[in-house]
Amino acid sequence: MEKIILFAPLVGALIGGFGWRIIGEKGAQLVTTGLLFLAALLSWVVFLGFDGETRLIELGTWIQSGTLDTNWAIRLDRLTAIMLVVVTTVSSLVHLYSWGYMAHDVNFDEAKGENYRARFFAYLSFFTFTMLMLVTSNNLVQMFFGWEGVGVASYLLIGFYYKKPTANAAAMKAFVVNRVGDFGFALGIFGLFYMTGSIKLDDIFVAAPDLAHQNISFLWTQWNAANLLAFLLFIGAMGKSAQLFLHTWLPDAMEGPTPVSALIHAATMVTAGVYLMCRMSPLMEFAPEATTIIVYIGATTAFFAATVGLVQTDIKRVIAYSTCSQLGYMFVAVGVGAYSAAMFHLFTHAFFKAMLFLGAGSVIHAMHHEQDMNNYGDLRKKIPVTYWAMMIGTLAITGVGIPLTTIGFAGFLSKDAIIESAWGAHTAAGGFGFWMLVIAAFMTSFYSWRLMFMTFFGKARGDAHTHDHAHESPMVMLVPLGVLAMGAVFAGMLWLSPFFGDHDAVNKFYGVPTHEVAVAEDGHGDTQADDHGTTTVEADAGHAEVVVADAHADAAEEHAAGWTPGSGAVYTHPDNHVMDNAHHAPKWVKVSPFIAMLAGLLLALWMYIWNPTLPGRLAKAQPHAYQFLLNKWYFDEIFDFLFVKPSQALGRFLWKRGDQQTIDGALNGVAMGIIPFFTRLAGRAQSGFIFTYAFWMVIGVLVLMTWLTISGGAE
Amino acid sequence: MENLLSIVTFIPLLAALILAVFLRGDDAAAQKNAKMLALIATSATFLLSIFILTGFDPANTGFQFVEEKEWIMGLKYKMGVDGISILFVMLTTFLMPIVILSCWTVTDRVKDYMIAFLLLETLMLGVFMALDLVLFYVFFEAGLIPMFLIIGIWGGANRIYAAFKFFLYTFIGSVLMLVAMIAMFLDAGTTDIPTLLTHTFDTGSFSLLGMQVVGGMQTLMFLAFFASFAVKMPMWPVHTWLPDAHVQAPTAGSVILAAVLLKMGGYGFLRFSLPMFPVASDLLAPMVFWLSAIAIVYTSLVALVQEDMKKLIAYSSVAHMGYVTMGIFTANQQGIDGAIFQMISHGFISGALFLCVGVIYDRMHTREISAYGGLVNRMPAYALIFMFFTMANVGLPGTSGFVGEFLVLMGIFQVNTWVAMFATSGVILSAAYALYLYRRVVMGELIKEALATISDITPREKIIFAPLVVMTILLGVAPWLVTDIIGPSVEALVHNYHEAVPAVMAEVAAPAASH
Repeated sequence: MEKIILFAPLVGALIGGFGWRIIGEKGAQLVTTGLLFLAALLSWVVFLGFDGETRLIELGTWIQSGTLDTNWAIRLDRLTAIMLVVVTTVSSLVHLYSWGYMAHDVNFDEAKGENYRARFFAYLSFFTFTMLMLVTSNNLVQMFFGWEGVGVASYLLIGFYYKKPTANAAAMKAFVVNRVGDFGFALGIFGLFYMTGSIKLDDIFVAAPDLAHQNISFLWTQWNAANLLAFLLFIGAMGKSAQLFLHTWLPDAMEGPTPVSALIHAATMVTAGVYLMCRMSPLMEFAPEATTIIVYIGATTAFFAATVGLVQTDIKRVIAYSTCSQLGYMFVAVGVGAYSAAMFHLFTHAFFKAMLFLGAGSVIHAMHHEQDMNNYGDLRKKIPVTYWAMMIGTLAITGVGIPLTTIGFAGFLSKDAIIESAWGAHTAAGGFGFWMLVIAAFMTSFYSWRLMFMTFFGKARGDAHTHDHAHESPMVMLVPLGVLAMGAVFAGMLWLSPFFGDHDAVNKFYGVPTHEVAVAEDGHGDTQADDHGTTTVEADAGHAEVVVADAHADAAEEHAAGWTPGSGAVYTHPDNHVMDNAHHAPKWVKVSPFIAMLAGLLLALWMYIWNPTLPGRLAKAQPHAYQFLLNKWYFDEIFDFLFVKPSQALGRFLWKRGDQQTIDGALNGVAMGIIPFFTRLAGRAQSGFIFTYAFWMVIGVLVLMTWLTISGGAE
Repeated sequence: MENLLSIVTFIPLLAALILAVFLRGDDAAAQKNAKMLALIATSATFLLSIFILTGFDPANTGFQFVEEKEWIMGLKYKMGVDGISILFVMLTTFLMPIVILSCWTVTDRVKDYMIAFLLLETLMLGVFMALDLVLFYVFFEAGLIPMFLIIGIWGGANRIYAAFKFFLYTFIGSVLMLVAMIAMFLDAGTTDIPTLLTHTFDTGSFSLLGMQVVGGMQTLMFLAFFASFAVKMPMWPVHTWLPDAHVQAPTAGSVILAAVLLKMGGYGFLRFSLPMFPVASDLLAPMVFWLSAIAIVYTSLVALVQEDMKKLIAYSSVAHMGYVTMGIFTANQQGIDGAIFQMISHGFISGALFLCVGVIYDRMHTREISAYGGLVNRMPAYALIFMFFTMANVGLPGTSGFVGEFLVLMGIFQVNTWVAMFATSGVILSAAYALYLYRRVVMGELIKEALATISDITPREKIIFAPLVVMTILLGVAPWLVTDIIGPSVEALVHNYHEAVPAVMAEVAAPAASH
């Protein structure tokens, strides 16, 4: 069954991509979408029926070289199962949605025989296949296959409108920036192989505790192996998940068709980095310094992206920055050790963010491909279904719910889980993360409601004709919105307990042997694992030091207890009490995101409903701040100045000065005296004499040979 | 068949002789006959070479299919293959029919052209099979001549300059190699390669012109061979002949140059430098690493700013060969496996990329990148194939380009992380230059008037690309097909190397320290 899930999208992509001339474009759409729904259905069967036991399904041999042994395989555990449902569900809905969205496209002239639909669906299915390869892999190299595969699919889909120079530039940028991340990821893989002699997940998990007190010599000095390798892998995650410094490609990726943004750049591919970090939780748990960096980067990204989102007017870019920001939340959760909270938010975010994008697509579709929110307004009567879908998405992302209960939209539960976890880390980094995320929650609420108000409320500001003819999207587009809306409403409440409930529920969900078993056999008196209230004292002494100091002793005991890293889908160190601390956070911590959300809503109401001239005046009053945000903190310009321009200049310098003047100059200095002589001879070569010279060269070789023979024969 | 290797090697030469002697006239029919005969001969060579592969026992790390005969003047004619050489033989025989098909539209002196390629095939196969120093040298040097002619006669406007640059560069390196070979013969008393592989060349340090030569004779011999192979690869900084040669060479010439001729350098390192001069290799490996790392970064940056498609791909070849030299001298299983894999894979991929350039050069007669743009609008099939090989060139997992690069980097990481880091940065730069090329040539609106009537690839061109696509994917998904064959031989090579190095290194280090 897992094989069908994995290969159905590939079959669809091949049939759709190469066979559409036979089965027609409609046929290609039908095949790809049908196979995806099949995969989605089976994924839910797997997810709901999964018992937590890790299973391996071998598919074949891949790279074999000495002790390096790489296989194609499916690893089925809870993390995989979660990703399977996320990927196939969103993908199948996006396939269906695209029937409507891609039915007509101004970028292609069908009268001239420019067919694009089959290609689009084939790319979508190909993407889904590579994403599934990524999440089902049992070793880092196959994961790298999926990792780069989704990069290519993303490249192809961002550049889908190949006539638009901006789309081509964005596609290339996405690929190259992702390669910067892959550079780190690859070095991480090499390092892990060097240290552990294997790239298989299980081997690495078992070796992880030892890595914590081993050193690796890398570049100029010795590093703690676990920290360095975790950090290198994190660089990969930064690229794929658009974290600060490697985020610049994501907003530009909005050049792709909107369904692509929903699938790849919101729900699935960009969460691969978070998935990787959760997957490597046994390593992360032993890498306190790397995870501290992750918290800082994640929190700063959440904050930075939210500030930029405040002023953007392109509807898709607002949502793109929102995605970037929400990914920052997930990394904070990873960094503080609340992997399950990260996966929870990944799971719910997939639903509501995909829906926001598809909703935005529906608006764009209605408005004849207008994307500037300045030209929207007063659309709620025109496209009511889309309006309500977007409303649900906004309620979900801003985190609306009843404080201090477990009743609320999906984002309310998962986002609050992360914010509480950040607080629960009881570290400086965690504190920084907590405050950054609360502030980001305020801004999230503001820009999300700003988007709603500018689009659906107020007066119609754009072209009157377009506005008058705005029409609701067809059913194939509205049905996916409806399904995702269900997820945005209920996913949080339904799955709160397994993702972020008490120990037993979470451990059972991930197939981890329960703490009680481990602790009982531990004999170390490490009972605070279950002693919820009293953990703060020791954790306050510093999460980092505690882990390092105890790593050695604990490692042996854990082996004895049968509770080794990797025996469940997610590993938490016995000293990691983040989840417990989060559950027992004070009330003010628990309500703070809700208050931030309310404040953001009120500010948006004030600026865009009650006092709509205010934003313009504010922008004029604070031109520098406004420009700074509007230009995305000038990251593109800085990178262009620091990296793009210098490498081109350097390339030109090395070519003209290095190759042509220095090397050719020096090496040809002698030869150039000879070449003109040969060239004169060669003048005659034109007329056919060249064979003569060739003949003389052979003679020369023979003479040398003869000499050799004679001198050798003499001995 | 006990003469299988000789039969495979000399079928093309036989066909060349038949063409030279019997084919008269230069009309369309004669041209057609010449091409047909060449195609049949190269195809037959390929089919027969399959027997070498099927009869080959990977577990046996010695030479197989060995033939030994008395030759002229007391010299021996000795041929054989082992796990290191067999795949180069297969690569050559596999590519030649494709190369012949790719020159189907040539009309200028077709008979001579075919003779040159057939002759070249025999010489290339000889290089990979020769088990005698002199025989190897003859094949190695004689191979220059047909290539020199192919560039010099059928090349572009500046072909004479490029041909002589090619010839002089490679010939000067070879002269040094010849001197070293003579020295080897004087030392070991034989030119038999299997015997030389077990001979230990002197490593005692001595003084030469007031300079202390650490590693003694081995170091000097290593450097002499290095001069020849480094030019052939080509390694930085003796790479500048390659872009010129590629730019001026006709498409088929570029394909064979990139796909097979460059591999002779890598093969030479594996056959001679590493096993015969292990101590010198160990001493000088850091130099090779840094030259390779520089090659990767330097030529990738240069590729970024090229305006000529062929030059860009030529520079990209130099960068990819940087991985090969680096991998070989890591002297560990992953590094050498990766280096051989990279050479085989690069044979398919770079060959295909030069064919991609050839396709549009045939139509537009220019290689200027700025002359193109928006080809996807009229050439969707071409765009797909070009995309595929662009991705293979940047080392996308799932294509053969990934495996070699990945293994080499994994190998070098175990030896030197600085070099590993610089070399790994090549994955970023290669993506940049390759996609930038693709974007300028294929993407965008088709606005250039000259391109308005350009036609998509023909069925003949599709047939040329098909086997290359298949091999690129096959080796990308099932690289064990290659590593199973080369693995044991590489393992033996690595084992012998590490046996040889520490014992002698102690001796070398001691006097060096006392001085």
